[in-house]
Amino acid sequence: MKKVGLFGNPNTGKSSLFNRLTGLKQRVGNFPGVTVDKQLGNLKFGNETVQIIDFPGTYSIYPRSKDEQVVYKVISNPKHVDYPDLAVVVVDASNLERNLLLFTQIYDLGMPTVLVLNLTDVASKNGFIINTDQLQTHFPNTIIVRSNARVGLGMKELQEAIKSLNDSNNPFHHSDPSELIAMDDLIAQSADTTVRFDRIKHVVADVVTKKENPVSHQFSSKLDRWLVHPIMGYVIFFSVLLIIFQTVFSLASYPMDWIDMGFAQLSEWTTAVLPEGLFSHLLTEGIIPGIGGVLIFIPQIGLLFFLIGILEETGYMARVVFIMDKLMRPFGLNGKSVVPLISSAACAIPGVMATRTIQSWNERLTTILVAPLMSCSARIPVYTLLIGLVIPDQQIWGFLNLQGLVLFGLYALGLVTALLVALVIKQFFRKSTERSVFLLELPAYKAPRWANVGLEVFQKVKLFVFDAGKIILAISIILWALASFGPSDDMEKAAASVIKPTTENPVDVTAYEDQVAATKLQHSYMGILGRTIEPVIKPLGYDWKMGISLLTSFAAREVFVGSLATIYSVHQESDDPKPLIDRLRNEKYATGKPVYTLASGVSLLVFYAFAMQCMATLAVVKRETKSWKWPLIQLGYMGILAYLGAFIAYQLLK
Amino acid sequence: MKTLAQAKLHKRTTITGIADSDLKPKLLEMGLYTGKVVSILFRAPFGDPIAVDVDGYVLSMRLNEASLVQIEENN
Repeated sequence: MKKVGLFGNPNTGKSSLFNRLTGLKQRVGNFPGVTVDKQLGNLKFGNETVQIIDFPGTYSIYPRSKDEQVVYKVISNPKHVDYPDLAVVVVDASNLERNLLLFTQIYDLGMPTVLVLNLTDVASKNGFIINTDQLQTHFPNTIIVRSNARVGLGMKELQEAIKSLNDSNNPFHHSDPSELIAMDDLIAQSADTTVRFDRIKHVVADVVTKKENPVSHQFSSKLDRWLVHPIMGYVIFFSVLLIIFQTVFSLASYPMDWIDMGFAQLSEWTTAVLPEGLFSHLLTEGIIPGIGGVLIFIPQIGLLFFLIGILEETGYMARVVFIMDKLMRPFGLNGKSVVPLISSAACAIPGVMATRTIQSWNERLTTILVAPLMSCSARIPVYTLLIGLVIPDQQIWGFLNLQGLVLFGLYALGLVTALLVALVIKQFFRKSTERSVFLLELPAYKAPRWANVGLEVFQKVKLFVFDAGKIILAISIILWALASFGPSDDMEKAAASVIKPTTENPVDVTAYEDQVAATKLQHSYMGILGRTIEPVIKPLGYDWKMGISLLTSFAAREVFVGSLATIYSVHQESDDPKPLIDRLRNEKYATGKPVYTLASGVSLLVFYAFAMQCMATLAVVKRETKSWKWPLIQLGYMGILAYLGAFIAYQLLK
Repeated sequence: MKTLAQAKLHKRTTITGIADSDLKPKLLEMGLYTGKVVSILFRAPFGDPIAVDVDGYVLSMRLNEASLVQIEENN
């Protein structure tokens, strides 16, 4: 199959063009050895199909960052699997000079090229008229196509140009192609760029006619007067953040509840329909809740990427980086890190996925590593239970509620720790030779193209469900198996020893069933593991029952509450934690001392603030960093932080 | 020698060269070649980074990056 590579500077409408050509048939692949995704799509002409590969937007074929190396590595090696038969170079017609640099670099290599003059509408609005025939005389071996990918103009002509690859009389053949410069020869590259601009200046003077009084430029600078204003700029940005947070936190909870209920009912229905047996248990308690546990994140991911898509499409995201850079730089983070971090305060999964917009790999990785320290919504049920249990409900200084203050403190603890860890990573774990480069184009403001936003949402959801989803499903089935099976017939024996009620009284029956469930869990492999780790967690003030709940809540933090309810056979009819709190208050050690004290409670709170108790986040980090190394490092460092934090808290308050 | 980091707001200046550094090719590729006329459009709230009008598009850069761009003020 013939391959067509899409190249171009950032902000040239290259992805609009790619979406126009491939639509929903696009998919995501890997470039070998790098973390950037490869967007692929097929384009059909009659019997023939060509593969379109969207390369990362760059200003030059010579890489200035690790992720930009893809372009150089592919172009420099005709044997590379992704080496294109044709390079479609998308050029911003309103800024021809800078854009032609990349085009001439590729053109001069002798590669067949199509030059797409995109955004011609913006160019004419800005007062530029481009003489295409004149441009053709400067580059005789290419086909020039005028397009406006936003509205779909020029797509037919582009398809024709791609098709002409098969024509024997196409103009693509060069007589004397030039050589690439070595990737690390910066001096030769600088000299080459200078020579190229000298040539391009003449081309531009020859083909572009300028009229004065550009319109859209004025519109952008008027908006910028407000959006990067020393005070208003931040006010507007924090309002935008608040909207993002509210949407991911509150609005998403409605569809999430529907998914939750839907899967609970599906489980119930399947239990009723299928004959009792191992397969039925695997399906109703392992697989169905496992799939539900994956799909439940779709609303948050979808909504967050809808909003981020708008911020990116309009050009506002570049301004966010601009006004936040000075504040985030000391921590080794990027201005763009703010959106993923705030999203992580609702849920780290869309937050980690949102780091995709950060170009610098170092800054992106740091953001990914610290994002799960932000207190997410799954921690709230744990916090509510424990605060209600051990923190007195009283006022301090007459107006502050102590329980509320502790909750606020936990959020602050998450944020401060995230920033401190980022600082530590920057100071001690980054290669100092890698310089942080800022240089960023501030694109003109424009209305979002909704098809682009929609495709982005669709792609992100698809990636999550099919890539991270597999891992989440596998781990949840393992966790289910550990909690449902025990060595030999230990579990059954223990369950049989629970005294059956003599009456049919529903209260007694429920109490009996809860008792059986508790006994079974205690004698399962998970129960045994919980007992095994007791010596390790004892210095934190925990007993083995808490140990079991800590282990089961690796699936998701909120499972901690449900596990405790099962272990203590407290029947939970609703989300009200009151019955469980009452039960836990009465739990005592053999010595008569209560198990849940201020010390052990605060220790648990600190543990949950820090620990990486979320397999879904780990699966997403694996997906985004393309290796198990980073999620394991994250699991490790957050675990150590949680253990030490909980240890100190317990020992101080004991 | 004056650099873009010291230029006044909205004052048109001409680039006279880029200081040798590993950023030099990148700055050149962004269109900051000798002879180019540029001006600072606005500064971020804490004075850094700055937004520069590079004849047709807006480029933002940190002051330490701008200090590599040597300039001469136009009259």
